[in-house]
Amino acid sequence: MAYGLGLVKGLKYTFTRAMKTVAGDFKHLGRRYDETLLRERQSVRGTGIFTVQYPEEKPAIPENFRFVPFLVYEPKLDANGKPVIDAQTGKEAINLERCTACGICSKVCPPQCIWIVRATTPEGKPKPKPAEFYIDIDVCMNCGFCAEFCPFDAIKMDHDYELANYERHISHIFDLKTLMKPATYHARIHPLDFKREEDDRKAKEAAKAAKK
Amino acid sequence: MAVNAPVAPAELKSNLNDPLVIAEKIKAQYPTAVEAANAQGIVVQGEQLLEVARYLHDTPELGFDYLHNVTSVDYPDRLEVVYHVSNLARGGTPLTLKVNAARQDPAVPSLVPVYRGANFQEREVYDMMGVRFLGHPNLRRILLWDGFEGFPLRKDYKEPYYEDERKPFGTRWDQGHHVIAEDRNPWHDNVKYPASFDAVGYKPQRDTVRTVGAEDAVATKLRTDKLVLNIGPQHPSTHGVLRLKVTLDGETVVAAEPVLGYLHRNHEKIGERNTYLQNIPFTDRLDYITSMANNLAYVVGVEKLMGIKAPERAEYLRVIMAELTRWISHIAAIGFIYNDLGAFYTPLLYGLEERELVLDLFEAASGSRMMCNYMRFGGVARDVPEGFLDKVQYLVTERFPRRMDELEAYMVGNELFTARARNIGILPRDLAINYSAAGPVLRASGVKYDLRRADPYSIYDRFEFDVPVGTVGDMHDRFTVRIAEMRESVKILKQALAQIPAGEIMTGKKNYQIRVPKGEVYGRAENPKGELGFFMVSDGTPNPYRYHVRAPAFINLTALNEMVVGHKIADLIVILGSLDVVMGEVDR
Ligand code: SF4
Ligand code: SF4
Repeated sequence: MAYGLGLVKGLKYTFTRAMKTVAGDFKHLGRRYDETLLRERQSVRGTGIFTVQYPEEKPAIPENFRFVPFLVYEPKLDANGKPVIDAQTGKEAINLERCTACGICSKVCPPQCIWIVRATTPEGKPKPKPAEFYIDIDVCMNCGFCAEFCPFDAIKMDHDYELANYERHISHIFDLKTLMKPATYHARIHPLDFKREEDDRKAKEAAKAAKK
Repeated sequence: MAVNAPVAPAELKSNLNDPLVIAEKIKAQYPTAVEAANAQGIVVQGEQLLEVARYLHDTPELGFDYLHNVTSVDYPDRLEVVYHVSNLARGGTPLTLKVNAARQDPAVPSLVPVYRGANFQEREVYDMMGVRFLGHPNLRRILLWDGFEGFPLRKDYKEPYYEDERKPFGTRWDQGHHVIAEDRNPWHDNVKYPASFDAVGYKPQRDTVRTVGAEDAVATKLRTDKLVLNIGPQHPSTHGVLRLKVTLDGETVVAAEPVLGYLHRNHEKIGERNTYLQNIPFTDRLDYITSMANNLAYVVGVEKLMGIKAPERAEYLRVIMAELTRWISHIAAIGFIYNDLGAFYTPLLYGLEERELVLDLFEAASGSRMMCNYMRFGGVARDVPEGFLDKVQYLVTERFPRRMDELEAYMVGNELFTARARNIGILPRDLAINYSAAGPVLRASGVKYDLRRADPYSIYDRFEFDVPVGTVGDMHDRFTVRIAEMRESVKILKQALAQIPAGEIMTGKKNYQIRVPKGEVYGRAENPKGELGFFMVSDGTPNPYRYHVRAPAFINLTALNEMVVGHKIADLIVILGSLDVVMGEVDR
């Protein structure tokens, strides 16, 4: 083999790759940060430039993606079945929290970053409802166990990953108010899971009704 | 050295891994050496350990030539040092040897004279448990700093931020008023120094630099001084926070010693505080390139202890995940080797691009790209989403083969690469075994040993694949073995995709309170970096009594000095690259 051929081969290869990126760049002419082109580039069949121009472009988030957990509540509905917006918070008004403060999530959590205070009735009896609920999201290792083992589908993994902040002792201790998100949000980011849960619930209710 | 397969009659062959049979043989030679023996292992008399080990190693028909793992367990009344040895040609379950030592000033003979692979592992046991190994050539702390007080894996040691013996902590529910960990336990009360230690006036010990002896000076006609050079811990070529203390004569390496522990977090202590289930996401963080495979090795071990099996579909999913992991780990390793050779980032990024595609798939299946936390005891966390298997199919039939062809064409055939890689960093076959090298490093030295064949776990016995081996054991071989293994992985993936059935992905119900019966187990799997083993002792509670990780990258580093001496410093970087270490696993 002639000496240096390997080098030429290598250069040829990198040159071809470079040209493919250039060709890919031309596709983007006039369609900068185009969503469809990005998905195409990023798919298993994609060629050309592979990097994502964050934050203008963002990689697709699969449904199973997990970041930090949030708590699910059922929103209040008006006469037409539309959620009522709470004027004070700008969020959907709370009808019912799903969480019963059973404590399973806080027991299963590997770094033990879930803290729950169970609510009590005025007489001091425990009530199936959290009075306080904290997640130290800087300690949270995003494992998803809490969502996996909650028997009431009350805690789910969020998709919002842009949580950078200037300090960690106040803004990164999520309390009940920050954690609460409506079931409609859960349905939006986890469409398949939500459907499965609803079907399961309906099947269970039907079975119960049949027993009676 | 007994390296080749000792010829034993077929019916004896399987018996030779049976502790009871071996115990009889030892008794015949050393009547007082065996204290006890059962199906779990042999308890050997401390003073006679070295002789017994020598006997097991040197007797041709036994030929226990490979030391898998050294660790220890702290019981209330004694410390137990545990060894796992086997014969590579025979394969099968390793033989467990145990030695008891007093809790007060424990000491047992070192096995380094027989198995050089014991060197770093014994240092680790000394570091963590305080067992002194008599006759060890260099018994110092390895992961912690020399002035550290206490032995952290002893049961009575309480780490900083100590809260309770075991999780879950009682303060989280039902009166869990949040407290910030630092407030509860401020730093200044938290760091423990030895009583005699003066933190303000502390000066680290200088490494002494020796000058050349008179004979050397005559031979080279030059008076040169030897130089100690620290490479790392912050250096792009050390693959993480690893420091190499290299003694140089000119540009030639005279000795190289890895200085470890910069990423040490005592994974094992955390693991003993955790429940079995809580350990799964922690195993992700060992070798963070191969988290799926780590998960697999761990759940395989615990499942052995629990006596359960995953359903068919789950087993296939596990194999698919593990083999994709092997593929991406190897392509990243190859890219990094090129990086070390001076082909800055281009080949590496080509490799990482393929890796991204696989990580996208992992994310879709498990929810996270690198910290997958996908396997469960008795199955996997969730079924793969729609379209997942089609994408894998496309990758393994179209994209991966194309990439590997390109890789071979423009990289392996490249004469610059050949010149740099051939006959560099040779690890001969005998030494590779004796140093307990594992994975591609062992196979590149010509040892056909792959756990997927030698001691099949999961469903690997169903697939057709070869175990590629090298011939010389140089850097070039370690490189080509990896490429060949990638091809084998693709082969396995194709078969798994063709055979995968529909059905359940979990045995039994999802349960967060897992009961593991009493007992001990050494579960292991062939990770991309080598044999990843989990040694666990269960006392029947939800938390493991002892949890030890046999980290392949850590043990592979033992042989580094052997490989680099006599080479130029530029080669040292590449040789280290060819070992493919990941510090998350080395330091644990
Ligand atoms: S497991 Fe679910 S219901 Fe129980 S405390 Fe946690 S979030 Fe609430
Ligand atoms: S995701 Fe894991 S670490 Fe985070 S709060 Fe849930 S259980 Fe705890």
